[in-house]
Amino acid sequence: MKARYLIPLVVFLLMIGLFGVGLKLDPSKVPSPLIDKPAPQFSLPDLHDREKLVDTAVLREHKVSLFNVWASWCVACRQEHPFLMELARSGDVPIYGLNYKDKRPDAINWLNRLGDPYTASAFDEEGRVGIDWGVYGVPETFVVDSKGVIRYKQIGPLTEQAWQETILPLINQIRAEEG
Amino acid sequence: MKHLTVLAALCLLVFWGSVSVARIDTFVFDNPQDEQRFKKLSAELRCLVCQNQNLADSNAELAIDLRRELYSMIKAGKSDGEILDFMVARYGDFVLYRPPVKPTTYMLWVGPFILFVIGAVALVMFVRRRSDDVLPGDELSTEEQSRLQGLLEKQPAGKRKQR
Repeated sequence: MKARYLIPLVVFLLMIGLFGVGLKLDPSKVPSPLIDKPAPQFSLPDLHDREKLVDTAVLREHKVSLFNVWASWCVACRQEHPFLMELARSGDVPIYGLNYKDKRPDAINWLNRLGDPYTASAFDEEGRVGIDWGVYGVPETFVVDSKGVIRYKQIGPLTEQAWQETILPLINQIRAEEG
Repeated sequence: MKHLTVLAALCLLVFWGSVSVARIDTFVFDNPQDEQRFKKLSAELRCLVCQNQNLADSNAELAIDLRRELYSMIKAGKSDGEILDFMVARYGDFVLYRPPVKPTTYMLWVGPFILFVIGAVALVMFVRRRSDDVLPGDELSTEEQSRLQGLLEKQPAGKRKQR
């Protein structure tokens, strides 16, 4: 008899639990189907030197590298930029950039003014490579291992918290795997 | 009255302006079937930037790019399946407004029916229990019935209590 009256309470608590979880989820973060898949091939002109090509092979030159999609028109990119500079200064992981749907002078200007954390930036004017990489909200950062496999995708700015909690442990794990 | 007319005209003007700006890209198709396919596919694919809009309705940069991509794939003679695979490979099942039935989406497809069945069973149990509440022993005997009748008649009209 008593148990019967507890049912609404239990249902209520379950719903509170579900709503609580739902509040924490960010619906704008859609899991990428590219995780653990080979990075999509690209070959694009270098942002600074249109004669030079940047292609997927550069990502396989290191045990692990970051591939950061950015644009000078992107507000959140500016927000994450100081952190990228900090990472670049530490020299821990090479950062490659994909300058997405930008104008060359704007992008170069942006880097000159704020600093250039990128080992190299590929210039994706049309956003065609962005489509292949499933980019839908710049900035996005991919963690790529030495086999050229995408291991993780950060949607939105790369923050200190995301770095410490998720990306750095993953990088250490990848390094350990590759010995 | 005149003010109202002016206001209405202004509203119309503003609205008209937004409508004419909304769709700028024009695609030319070889045949009406291709155009139909473009319309159908762009209505079935989700824009990931503004998630409650499809590619046809959205004006986000990405949606414009993907419409162009869709157009060139149709032009190149790709089948609907190939085009959907292309999108899913890049953006995941989420890009489809009708996700495929597979283990990770079972809950999505079956969940509402499970809830419905639970609700129906609860309803049936509830109704059954209520009808069980009146047991044969609970009914009034003839004596009791006439006493009740007498009591009810003694009460002034309007003050009668229910039950």
